[in-house]
Amino acid sequence: MTSPDREPSPAVPKDAPGAVPARPKDVPDVPPDAEDVPPDAEDVPGRTEDVSVRGSQSARGTGAAAGRRKDADHRVRGRLRALPLAVALALLAGSLLAGLVVGAAGLPVTGILEALADRIPFVHVDSGFSVVDENVLFQLRVPRVLMAALVGGMLSMAGAGYQGVFRNPLADPYLLGAAAGAGVGATLVIVLVPGDPGYGVPLAAFAGAILGVAMAYALGSAAGRGNRAATLVLAGVAVSSFLSAVQTFLQQVKAEELQRIYSWILGGVGSADWHQLALVAPYSLVSTVVLLAHGRLLDVLSVGDEEAASLGLSAARVRLTVLVAASLATASAVAVSGLIGFVGIVVPHAVRRLAGGSYRVVLPLSLLGGAAFLELADLVARTVIAPGELPLGVVTAFVGGPFFVAVLRASRRQVET
Amino acid sequence: MTVAVRGLDVALGGRPVLKGVSLEVPAGSWTAVIGPNGAGKSTLLRAVLGLLPCGAGEIAVAGADLAALKPRQRARLVAYAPQSPNLPVGMTVFDYTLLGRSPYIPHLGRESARDRTIAGEVLDRLDLTGLADRPLDHLSGGERQRVVLARALAQQTSVLLLDEPTTALDIGHQQQVMELIDQLRLSDGLTVVTTIHDLTLAGQYADDLVLLSGGRVAAAGTPGEVLTRAAIQEHFDARVHVLPGPDGRPLLSLERR
Repeated sequence: MTSPDREPSPAVPKDAPGAVPARPKDVPDVPPDAEDVPPDAEDVPGRTEDVSVRGSQSARGTGAAAGRRKDADHRVRGRLRALPLAVALALLAGSLLAGLVVGAAGLPVTGILEALADRIPFVHVDSGFSVVDENVLFQLRVPRVLMAALVGGMLSMAGAGYQGVFRNPLADPYLLGAAAGAGVGATLVIVLVPGDPGYGVPLAAFAGAILGVAMAYALGSAAGRGNRAATLVLAGVAVSSFLSAVQTFLQQVKAEELQRIYSWILGGVGSADWHQLALVAPYSLVSTVVLLAHGRLLDVLSVGDEEAASLGLSAARVRLTVLVAASLATASAVAVSGLIGFVGIVVPHAVRRLAGGSYRVVLPLSLLGGAAFLELADLVARTVIAPGELPLGVVTAFVGGPFFVAVLRASRRQVET
Repeated sequence: MTVAVRGLDVALGGRPVLKGVSLEVPAGSWTAVIGPNGAGKSTLLRAVLGLLPCGAGEIAVAGADLAALKPRQRARLVAYAPQSPNLPVGMTVFDYTLLGRSPYIPHLGRESARDRTIAGEVLDRLDLTGLADRPLDHLSGGERQRVVLARALAQQTSVLLLDEPTTALDIGHQQQVMELIDQLRLSDGLTVVTTIHDLTLAGQYADDLVLLSGGRVAAAGTPGEVLTRAAIQEHFDARVHVLPGPDGRPLLSLERR
């Protein structure tokens, strides 16, 4: 089994506690029919054996201290930790409350909290609100706030998903053509279906989003190699422009529907109501569940298709699933809010910087952070030029444009090194 | 035989790359695949991983027909360290090592405490525990190579395929990595197949050498049998001086023409 002239070097006591179970030599092969056996059953714990391994001086120096902490550390590494999650939740709760409080009607914070508590089953609190106040709160502000959170959460989670699929930090629903595709799909339905198209809008938006991404990806791949990150984005911009032109064409042809289309395009979240929320909530829920479940697999995918395959993963299947789920998330946002750019880049990038690059962390925190981010953006949109309102997309572009340049610079550095 | 390849043909993009390659690697041994650039060394490794459609021939790993295995089963038998691995920016050394547990983690599930323990132990063995929280892009070349090895070891396979494990390392780190692989092989009974450009290095560490040339096996056997002046002249078009080393393994040095 081993050549006679090659003996293991004498074992040296290791600095870190705990010897490593080595594979027993007399059990050389794992049975190949192990697929259905629970993972724990097939690894035979072998005899322990001290192995001396030469390491670099720096690693050796810090190894002993780190060894004492390692058992505790290994349990939490790479996972979503409590602190970032709590911060994101607090940020979201704070921004939601701010969204509820700020407005022309001047409702007091305590009254809002009391009115909200009153809606909890079996809880009765008198907020002192009139019927008008109640209506302002529950028919205007609450739906608007929830819609902003939903749209922001969907767009940034979709952005993180696209970034994982394309292994490209610049991928974003807006830049990839997904949002523009969803816009064309939604416009088509509004133009073709008289009256209230209902569930048709999100479905058509979904089909359009998939089409947009497929076109951008095909164009980006065809356009050649070089800086792949930039090529994909350029292709996405081209596709977006083209699809926006298609959308403009559609709305000009059907000039009598112009007002409805425009109110949708520029709609932002100002016209949100419970009906719209109910319309897209199921799609958002499905895409959220699917995307959050794929965090670990996106981490595996980040080593590339071939290495992922050597780790037993079918990259194509994961990629397709995530692509569809991210497009569904994009569509459910675009179907109710029109085109809002850059959320999908800004939020995941900030999350990566603050909480680490694992998709198991990036996806859930992007969902929460994106909701909070768009909530605040909406707050800005309706206060800066009050009583007028800025389109939400204008606010996000103000933040997102400079941010995009920063991400581009960062990703170029990575390509060059 | 832990790895057995018989009459393997592989064509990439319509161009035949491997023609009738046969190879037998006994359990627990180290086989180095050598050959000039473009001879098909990396292709052979990727075929043994099951990543390539094979035209003809068969590959058996640990007694099982490779083609009949599901990807996850295969990943529990064979681990692979590519020549230029993709190291995701910002990913930590620990998370990267944990990727090696992927074949054992349910598709949409999460890793168990045991998976984490194994990843931690592997880092310990390779003296990487101090770097566990370090992002991959903040590592030196030698550290990077050990981290890639750590991921492969976390797979707990009996076969290790290493594509050019010493490329881009200085002579000290080359020796360090080769010694490390050798120790792991001896302590765990691993079967190791490496491609390698440095012929002397290959001859020092491998039990057997396989010389690929033009997609065919030109020579196979012990380092002393394969690394001859005539064979190097013929297949590499290089003039070398071959000296038997102190332990009988050949030492090669280039001769100026």
